[in-house]
Amino acid sequence: MKQFMVFVRKEFYHVFRDRRTLLILFGLPVMQILLFGYALTTEIKNAEIIIVDHAGDMASQQLTTMIAASKYFDINARVVSDEDIYKAFKKGKVKCAVVFPSGFGNDLQHGQTAQIQIIADAADPNTAKTLTNYLTAIIGDYQQQISPTANVPMRIEPVTRMLYNPEMNGSMNFIPGVMALVLMIICTTLTSVSIVREKEMGTMEILLVSPFKPTYVVLAKAVPYLALSLIDLIIILLLSVFLLDMPIRGNIILLFLESTLFIICCLSLGLLISSVTRTQQIAMMVSMMGMMLPTILFTGFIFPLENMPVPLQVVSNAVPSRWFYVIIKAVMLKGLGIGVIWKETLVLAGMTTALLIISIKSFKTRLS
Amino acid sequence: MSEKAIVCKDLTKRFGDFFAVNHISFDVDQGEIFGFLGANGAGKTTAMRMLCGLSYPTSGEATVAGYNVFRQQEAIKRNIGYMSQKFSLYESLTVRENIRFYGGVYGLSDKQLKEKGDELITKLGLEKEAKMMVGSLPLGWKQKLAFSVAIIHQPRIVFLDEPTGGVDPVTRRQFWDLIYDAAANGITVFVTTHYMDEAEYCNRISIMVDGRIDALDSPANLKKQFDAASMNEVFYALARTAKRSAD
Repeated sequence: MKQFMVFVRKEFYHVFRDRRTLLILFGLPVMQILLFGYALTTEIKNAEIIIVDHAGDMASQQLTTMIAASKYFDINARVVSDEDIYKAFKKGKVKCAVVFPSGFGNDLQHGQTAQIQIIADAADPNTAKTLTNYLTAIIGDYQQQISPTANVPMRIEPVTRMLYNPEMNGSMNFIPGVMALVLMIICTTLTSVSIVREKEMGTMEILLVSPFKPTYVVLAKAVPYLALSLIDLIIILLLSVFLLDMPIRGNIILLFLESTLFIICCLSLGLLISSVTRTQQIAMMVSMMGMMLPTILFTGFIFPLENMPVPLQVVSNAVPSRWFYVIIKAVMLKGLGIGVIWKETLVLAGMTTALLIISIKSFKTRLS
Repeated sequence: MSEKAIVCKDLTKRFGDFFAVNHISFDVDQGEIFGFLGANGAGKTTAMRMLCGLSYPTSGEATVAGYNVFRQQEAIKRNIGYMSQKFSLYESLTVRENIRFYGGVYGLSDKQLKEKGDELITKLGLEKEAKMMVGSLPLGWKQKLAFSVAIIHQPRIVFLDEPTGGVDPVTRRQFWDLIYDAAANGITVFVTTHYMDEAEYCNRISIMVDGRIDALDSPANLKKQFDAASMNEVFYALARTAKRSAD
């Protein structure tokens, strides 16, 4: 045990004396959170919209007021002819149009399916998709208001993503994804250079010849990075809550425990990368580039997993951040407890154990 | 003669069809300085790795410090020290931190660490540099420090893999003073080198060619045997017979 502590202390020296490590540790999360949180949001505000109201009844006006009141839309014009719609789109300023057919309110009142047309400028498909999503959600809200008992035939499916996000703040879904991404990159990158660095410097041989057990080498390397990653977690949470207005609705202890599990998972992955690569450069490339892409693609915070082809959905199951994303979203946004996320937690725990065992094994096989 | 430090019998390491080490047999006495010579690729490092417990032999027998290389690798590791051709201290740790780390890994107590550390620093004249990062020391000092750290736990045997590579002749001479010191204290020294003047300092040397040991005796006897004026000539005479190309 004393030997173990001697080793851990040495690792701390390494971290605090290496500028590059410190930069990754404290510079990267701040930079990434701010960058992703502010710049790369998929949220669209104040999109110009035109309303074509053929109905002119109370229902259509109420709905128009709701659209106008949301911060996502500015009503550009109320026109009457279809021709005007196309003219407006051609000018390029208008992104979206909503057409109420005549008899809209009437249909609604009599419990029939009331139709409403949404036209979007799909020259920019992403914006079009987002805007139609926003509109669908507003319509859904409206229906909820007028018939809280949810009259089935006239209900339009609201998009599930917006369900727990009544303000429809786009970054609400985004920030947990960014948190998962940042933790993943930092934890894997840091540990991935730690073992390979000793290989490069030639100190690894000395450690292997010493009575210090290889398993302990791997574990002792993980300890300081776990401690530092937890500090990182606190920084990331503070930034998210105070700068990006993220709520923490669930149990904060649960949030920390789950995050710790995820961090250990990423550390194990980093250790694995470190024991199979030969140089620090390669280790860093693998953990930064190699992890960044799958994390962005398969976590589900930018590209919804449900929309992916089934093979890709299967692949996404292998990405730890995908599970952590579900967990933190549940805990932070929905305020849910372990009862709902035990499955994801179990998957993450299983991955962690497997990765740790594999990295220790692969480290050992390198010896002979 | 006292107990043998290393006993090797038909030790072999095979990678597929390639015999990296081909049935080598030799003994090393306790307290002896044993030179382990050979051209690059002759199998020195592989042999040494087997003796250090880093790699399992394919066949043959060997004991190091009385422990079997197949079954008692852990016991071997506790009883040996090792210093490699690559520099083996942590550059971003100070002299004293390095001493504490390596001593600590070998299980020395705090009191022992303090005593040993002071003794070592005084012996090497590093009092002023004790709190400096090892990375800022000249290479020769680093090598001497690395050697002293390698024997801080009083091992039975210390393995030195080309310890003086890239060091100037004066420092090499000082380095060998340290080796003699260690041997006088009963530590067996097993050293590989490419410098033939250093080979002359050894009690006995073996010369490996193509995975086999082709010559093994004291430097004086070897020179007589090969009718050579210097160890250089002995080495060339043997190395010329090599079939393997050095890499």
